[in-house]
Amino acid sequence: MSFSISLTINGEKRAIALDDPRVTLLDLLRERLHLTGAKKGCDRGQCGACTVLVDGRRINSCLTLAASLDGADITTVEGLANGDDLHPVQAAFIAHDGLQCGYCTPGQIMSAVGLIAEGHAGDDPERVRELMSGNICRCGAYKGITEAVLDAQKTLKDGKRRDAA
Amino acid sequence: MNRFEYVRPASVQEAVTAASQPGSVYLAAGTNLLDLMKLGAARPERVIDITRLPGLGEIDWRPDGSVRIGAMVRNSDLAYDERFARTFPVVAEALLSGASAQLRNAATVGGNLMQQTRCAYFQDVASACNRRAPGSGCDAREGENRLHAVLGWSESCIATHPSDFCVPLVALDAVTEVAGPNGMRDVAIDALHALPGETPERETALQPGELITALKLPSDAAAFADHARYLKVRERTSFAFAVVSAAAALRIDGGKIQSARLALGGVAAKPWRARDAEAVLENAPPTQEAFAKAAELALSEARPSGKNAFKIELARRLIVRALSLSTEGTPEAMPALPASPFATVPSANHAR
Ligand SMILES: Cc1cc2nc3c(=O)[nH]c(=O)nc-3n(C[C@H](O)[C@H](O)[C@H](O)COP(=O)(O)OP(=O)(O)OC[C@H]3O[C@@H](n4cnc5c(N)ncnc54)[C@H](O)[C@@H]3O)c2cc1C
Ligand code: SF4
Ligand code: FES
Ligand code: FES
Repeated sequence: MSFSISLTINGEKRAIALDDPRVTLLDLLRERLHLTGAKKGCDRGQCGACTVLVDGRRINSCLTLAASLDGADITTVEGLANGDDLHPVQAAFIAHDGLQCGYCTPGQIMSAVGLIAEGHAGDDPERVRELMSGNICRCGAYKGITEAVLDAQKTLKDGKRRDAA
Repeated sequence: MNRFEYVRPASVQEAVTAASQPGSVYLAAGTNLLDLMKLGAARPERVIDITRLPGLGEIDWRPDGSVRIGAMVRNSDLAYDERFARTFPVVAEALLSGASAQLRNAATVGGNLMQQTRCAYFQDVASACNRRAPGSGCDAREGENRLHAVLGWSESCIATHPSDFCVPLVALDAVTEVAGPNGMRDVAIDALHALPGETPERETALQPGELITALKLPSDAAAFADHARYLKVRERTSFAFAVVSAAAALRIDGGKIQSARLALGGVAAKPWRARDAEAVLENAPPTQEAFAKAAELALSEARPSGKNAFKIELARRLIVRALSLSTEGTPEAMPALPASPFATVPSANHAR
C-alpha cells in the first residue's frame, strides 16, 4: 500500500510518498528526510528525546504515525534558529549549561518551546520541572535546564513587550 | 510492527463499518496502540484512523450544567479548559497527573479510557498471558507482581487498569456515548471496564466495531467542586503510573458530609468505586475517625495477588489523606505537582 501525504516541515511544504503506513513521524524525520535533530531514545514515549512540535504543540514523534498527520505543520530543532541566530531557548541552554552529552537536548529544547507557548508554568521552577518531566536527561543536567527554561521564557516575554511597544 | 492496512474513514458510520471487520482496531493518537504494536503485543490487520472524524472534538455544555466531551478532545485541552477545570477540578487534577505534557497533548479522551494494562507480561510476547493470548497462563502470578491488583482479580489475571482519568470519572458517574453497528448507546464508565473472571481477554463492554464518540458528565457531579481531590502515589515524583490512587469528592454542609464519592486507581482491572465507604461517610462529620472507617470498608475485600499486600494499607492511608485534603477544600489553583499526596501547599517542593 503506498500513498502520499503533505507536511509542512520547518516552514517548507513537502509532498511525501509513503510506501508503508508503519512509519512513525520520528522515523520519517530521521531516516527519510535526514533531519536527525530529533533523537530516538526509547521509541516508547518514555524519554522525550524525540519531542517535536505538531501544529505548535509538543508531542512524542516516536508514538505518532506519520500517515495520520497528513496536512500538519511540523517544527523540529533544525527549524528554530534563524541562520546563525539562535532561538532564545537554544541560547539559554548554552548560557545555563543545560546539557552535558547533548543527546536529550533537542528534545528538551523543543519541549521547552512548547512549554513556554502553553503558558502554564509562570515563573515557578516547580511548575517548570513538573511540565518538563516528560524529558529525561541521563546526564542529570536538570538544574541548568530549569534555569534555561525560566530565562528563555523571560527573554521571549520581554521581547514580545518590546515588539508591542 | 506487523504490516497492516491503514484506513481513514470520513464519517463515524464509515468508521464503524470498517472496524466491524475482524482484526480491526481504532487509532486515536496512538500513544498506547503504537507502543503495543511495536512490541508485537497488538497485531491488528486493519488500523482505522479516527483522528479526522468530524464532530468528535468539541466540549459542549448543556443548559442543565452537564457536559458532553468529544472522544477526540486531547487530554491537555480538557484539563486546561477553564470551565471544565473549575466545574470538575478532580478530573482535571487526575488528567494532569497522568503521563507527560507531550503525551497529554496527544492523548485523546477515548484513547485514555480504552488504554490497556501496563502489566509487563502482557506487553512481552514471550510471556504467558491470558489477557493477550487466552489460555496461555499468567506469568504475573509468580512473577514481578508488586504493582498488580488487590481487588477484583481472578486466578486468570491480576492486571490493573492504568488510567488516572477514569478514577474520578467513575466516582462522578460519567457515561460514555458509543456508536456501533446497531446504532448509539450509553455505557457508564463503571460498566466499561470488565473484571477478568475467566475471560480477561474481554477487557471492556464494547462490542466489535463500537466506537466511543463522547464522554458525558452529569450536572450533579458539579456539586462536588468545592471539596474534591485526586491523589496518586508514584514510584517517582512525576511521569509515572499510579501505584495506588484515590479520587475523593465531598459535599459538606452544616459540619456534615451531605454526600460522598470515592474511587481507587491502580488496585483493579477497572477504576474501583467504593460505594460502601461512600455510604458510611454520608451524614457523618468529616473527621479522621469517619475517614478511617471509610478506608477500612473500601478495602474490606482486598487481598494480595502476589508481593503486593503493601498496596492495601497504602490505599487505606491514601483514602484518609484524600478525604482530609478534600475537606480542607479544592485548592484555588491547580497544585504545581498535581495529585501529589506529599505537597500540602500548592508551592511545596518536589519530594521534600
Ligand atoms: C510513557 C507513558 C506514560 C504514561 N503514563 C500515564 C499515566 O501516568 N497515567 C495515565 O492515565 N496514562 C498514562 N499513559 C497512557 C496514556 O494516557 C495513553 O496512552 C493515552 O491516553 C491513550 O490515548 P491515545 O489517544 O493515544 O489512544 P490510542 O493509543 O490511539 O488508543 C488506545 C486504545 O484505545 C482504542 N481507542 C481509542 N479511541 C477510541 C474510541 N474513541 N473508541 C473506542 N476505542 C478507542 C484504540 O483502539 C486502542 O486500543 C502513559 C503512556 C505512556 C506512553
Ligand atoms: S496479570 Fe493479566 S495481563 Fe498480566 S500476564 Fe497475567 S493475564 Fe496477562
Ligand atoms: S524516543 Fe520518543 S519518547 Fe523516547
Ligand atoms: S545532556 Fe546527556 S542525556 Fe541530557
